[in-house]
Amino acid sequence: MSTVRVLFVLLGAVAVGSALLVVTTRQIVHAALWLVVTLGALAGCFLLLTAEFVAWVQVLIYVGAVVVLLLFALMLTRAPTRPDPAARTPNAWFAAVVAAAVAGVLVTTLVAGFSGAVIDLDRAEIGGARVTGGAVFSTWVLPFEVLSVLLLAALVGAIVLSRRDVPNRPRDAEAARDTEPARDADDRERSSS
Amino acid sequence: MADVLELLLRVGCVFVAFLVLPLLVGQTEHKVMAHMQGRLGPMYAGGFHGWAQLVADGVKFAQKEDIVPANADRRVFQLAPVLALIPYLVALVAIPLAPGLVGAELETGLFFVLAVMGIGVLGSLMGGWASANKYSLLGAFRSAGQLLAYELPFVLAAASVAMAAGTLSLTGIVEAWQPWWLLWQLPGMLVFFVAGLAELHRPPFDMPVADAEIIFGPYTEYTGIRFALFLLAEYAGIVVLAALTTVLFLGGWHGPFSDALGWLWTLLKAFAVAFVVIWVRVAYPRLRSDQLQRLGWQVLVPLALVQLALTGVVSVVIS
Repeated sequence: MSTVRVLFVLLGAVAVGSALLVVTTRQIVHAALWLVVTLGALAGCFLLLTAEFVAWVQVLIYVGAVVVLLLFALMLTRAPTRPDPAARTPNAWFAAVVAAAVAGVLVTTLVAGFSGAVIDLDRAEIGGARVTGGAVFSTWVLPFEVLSVLLLAALVGAIVLSRRDVPNRPRDAEAARDTEPARDADDRERSSS
Repeated sequence: MADVLELLLRVGCVFVAFLVLPLLVGQTEHKVMAHMQGRLGPMYAGGFHGWAQLVADGVKFAQKEDIVPANADRRVFQLAPVLALIPYLVALVAIPLAPGLVGAELETGLFFVLAVMGIGVLGSLMGGWASANKYSLLGAFRSAGQLLAYELPFVLAAASVAMAAGTLSLTGIVEAWQPWWLLWQLPGMLVFFVAGLAELHRPPFDMPVADAEIIFGPYTEYTGIRFALFLLAEYAGIVVLAALTTVLFLGGWHGPFSDALGWLWTLLKAFAVAFVVIWVRVAYPRLRSDQLQRLGWQVLVPLALVQLALTGVVSVVIS
């Protein structure tokens, strides 16, 4: 086996192993930290598959932003520094069955789609910004646009959910009845809470 | 074999730079702050103007007992300072001093540096949580909230330069750079610098470590060498930010006699930026959390977007 293959197998083992630790650890913050290891190993796999740009984006978006957000949210909840008995749930076996089924579907799809595909490392073009951009904006432009609409919908939804000054929502309307109409949105929020 | 040796040599040089440059910045900070505040600063260690003060500090830190609080999460607590420091070492590898004078030439070097710099905050988050101390936890919150607000303008401002140069390679960006870009990319440069200061928790954006409110934020429980690693991470961060600002916005090695003295120009410009970082610390009071978020979302993000649009329009017009 070549060096690249050995490295790839090692990184894959790290990714799978730390992913198992994410779901089995008893400390919820440790789960998020193991996720960092998983995502980092995955970025390494991308790098070995000559997808340099995707690898750095993986680190920038997932490790640098998503996991930080996750940790931020976890620390806002009750996240003790000792093992948490509440982290064990009787539904674990059911979750394991679902996870195994999803993994089965994904592996079958990947094997059916890419079985036997080989990257010739001597002649392969490194997937920098030019190659990746060309692929995204020509072959994959429709999925790209659909995804951007999905993200836009999520953004609009988040803004609608977090806005307090929309008058038609029942709780706000109720609160508004209790106070003088001249009060501004801040006062209304305070009186309703 | 020759390739491996060359790579080792390059990485070794970067490591030496990583050990020396943050200390130089630290010593400069001692002296510049002292002069700006009309006082002497450390004057005794080593004789001439206290030049050995940082070495003495290092010895002191190494001698101190390394304490882990009883309720802390030991492994995470001990790993946090390392995770705070390593990203800046890795980022330094990709920053070029002159054509060919770089740790590792990467086609997507800009993305690499930005991605790696974003990991550094994990160190303060881990430290803040694992300390089992409410002040540490509050500091970690502030740190994460600050990063989330400032990461976006930071990346957008950098993207503007990459768009203007038409490449993500740091060497390529400097080679495409022309003096009039100083004006064209000025808003982008300001956004990048300010957002970078906020990412490093440098004053006036040092709310995560505000000593009057939450002792020393995520680093409250740290002692000895691990505390020193956090401090070193801050100075290494200044070096990386200054070098990156130089390479992206100030033309790197462009200057008189740039064929022979290119690396000197890069270093001089980077030190000038580092000087401004120190100056800003002395000149401005700390921002409150609401002021900080407002500056991030209502000033820097729109400004970065305007810069991006401007870059796009001008690029199309001149091409």
